[in-house]
Amino acid sequence: MLTDFWTWIMDLGNSKTVALLIFFTTFIGIVLYVYSSRKRSERLESYRYMPLMDEDDADRKVKAAEASQAKGEK
Amino acid sequence: MAHSAALSSEQYNYDIVKKFAITSIFWGILGMIAGVYIASELAWPFLNLDIAQITFGRLRPLHTSGVIFGFGGNALFATSYYIVQRTCQTRLAGGTFWPTFTFWGWNLSVLIAGLLYLFGYTQGREYAEPVWFVDIAITVVWVVYFLIYTVTLVKRNQPHIYVANWFFMSFILATALLHIFNNLAVPVSLTSATSYSLFSGAQDAMTQWWYGHNAVGFFLTAAFLGMMYYFVPKQAGRPVYSYRLSIIHFWALSFMYMWVGTHHLHWTAIPDWTSTLAATFSILLLMPSWGGMINGIMTLSGAWDKLRTDPIMMFMITALSFYGMSTFEGPMMSLKSVNALSHYTDWTVGHVHSGALGWVAMISIASFYHMIPRLWNTTLYSLQLVYTHFFLATIGTVLYITALWVSGIGQGLMLRAFDEYGNLAYTFVETVAFMHGPLVARVVAGLFFLSGMLVMAYNIYMTIARAKQEEGVSAVAAAKA
Repeated sequence: MLTDFWTWIMDLGNSKTVALLIFFTTFIGIVLYVYSSRKRSERLESYRYMPLMDEDDADRKVKAAEASQAKGEK
Repeated sequence: MAHSAALSSEQYNYDIVKKFAITSIFWGILGMIAGVYIASELAWPFLNLDIAQITFGRLRPLHTSGVIFGFGGNALFATSYYIVQRTCQTRLAGGTFWPTFTFWGWNLSVLIAGLLYLFGYTQGREYAEPVWFVDIAITVVWVVYFLIYTVTLVKRNQPHIYVANWFFMSFILATALLHIFNNLAVPVSLTSATSYSLFSGAQDAMTQWWYGHNAVGFFLTAAFLGMMYYFVPKQAGRPVYSYRLSIIHFWALSFMYMWVGTHHLHWTAIPDWTSTLAATFSILLLMPSWGGMINGIMTLSGAWDKLRTDPIMMFMITALSFYGMSTFEGPMMSLKSVNALSHYTDWTVGHVHSGALGWVAMISIASFYHMIPRLWNTTLYSLQLVYTHFFLATIGTVLYITALWVSGIGQGLMLRAFDEYGNLAYTFVETVAFMHGPLVARVVAGLFFLSGMLVMAYNIYMTIARAKQEEGVSAVAAAKA
């Protein structure tokens, strides 16, 4: 039984089905991993803020200038 | 949880980002001038001027390589080097030598390939025209790029790798895979630019379009999504709408894109099941593509007023809208019945440009407007000019795609029309005569977009000039003190 299964998997003619099964189950696994736990969801969502954590003087200078230019043009 | 200690700008390698950003704008203008010229040649063939080097067949790959690898490639190097440093809060790996090596290596490869096209040296593989020794040079540069990026990620000061970097890593890995396998060839001799592909017949066509469509998927989509996932939240001043959706977006795109290339070969000698498989996965791709678009646009949720006041944000949201539109149009065109009409017509060219101008160019332009003032620690010379650029680019893109819808759909309908006796209703020349009007409109559209790029170049030049002036003034003040 196991030998038959192994022979089927190793047959190049079945490679498309095998690849599809591997990718599909992996993808379902990723979806379940991402959405199944509230605690994990909170942790993952906390990474949203990463681009906003690198603010430096140049950022603040440009933002202030853009805001004042936008006000002036209104 | 992510750490929040940002490094100061001096600790990042911004020199390399500056070089790539400026060169990208240069290539963008050069590539688009070539594009407008070849579009003019199609409308007014006398512009070939009987000079072999500037005929459509030779200038067209110069245009595509110029805008994809020159403009797009340099934009991706610039933004990926900027983003990986800032999200990992660490300096770029490789000191100053290796990043500079990628700069010169990449740009010389694109330049040499482009000059060789003009003299007729090409592999004749779409978007992979460079001859074999340029391909080897590109491979070396790409491996160095991969190592620089990976080592920077390894030495990061943040526990988590931000999702934008995932998109850039998939772009680097997939591009390496595609470039190497599609360009497997045997040179005629070590002193000849001519080589023969390892593949032949239908397999060669399938390998070429496996490369061609995944170049769209990983070079022109995944990497620019990396740009989007960093710069849209930065410009909006708000976090991305859903981080979990961005993870699903990433994996769904990565799993699905590899299967769809064969939709470029519908109704040819390839096995029918490969066509069906490609069309099926193309339709499935609509979901992650729209998931990503919604994620980007909804980042602005609660701050929609920025669309009235911030032209950079207008560029970003319009880019995402064009991303959504072209990722709807693409799956629709991959259906065999629609493809029977659209393929080999200008509709395909219009579709490509709605993605290339509307999505790729606009998100790059927006990212430059955000990034360049910060690189030079100054402010943009004129926000009003950004508005001007935005309207020139948007009008240009909309006019371009509508002109080619008219041209392509009209051409397709005419080519398959029969009269009452079962003969073709129109001659080929009649379809060419019909297309003249839309092709002229396409030239005008290209001029709109190109004018916008020139406005941008002026604005960026003045921004940098002012930054240098400010630097000089502060140096004098410091010396006096």
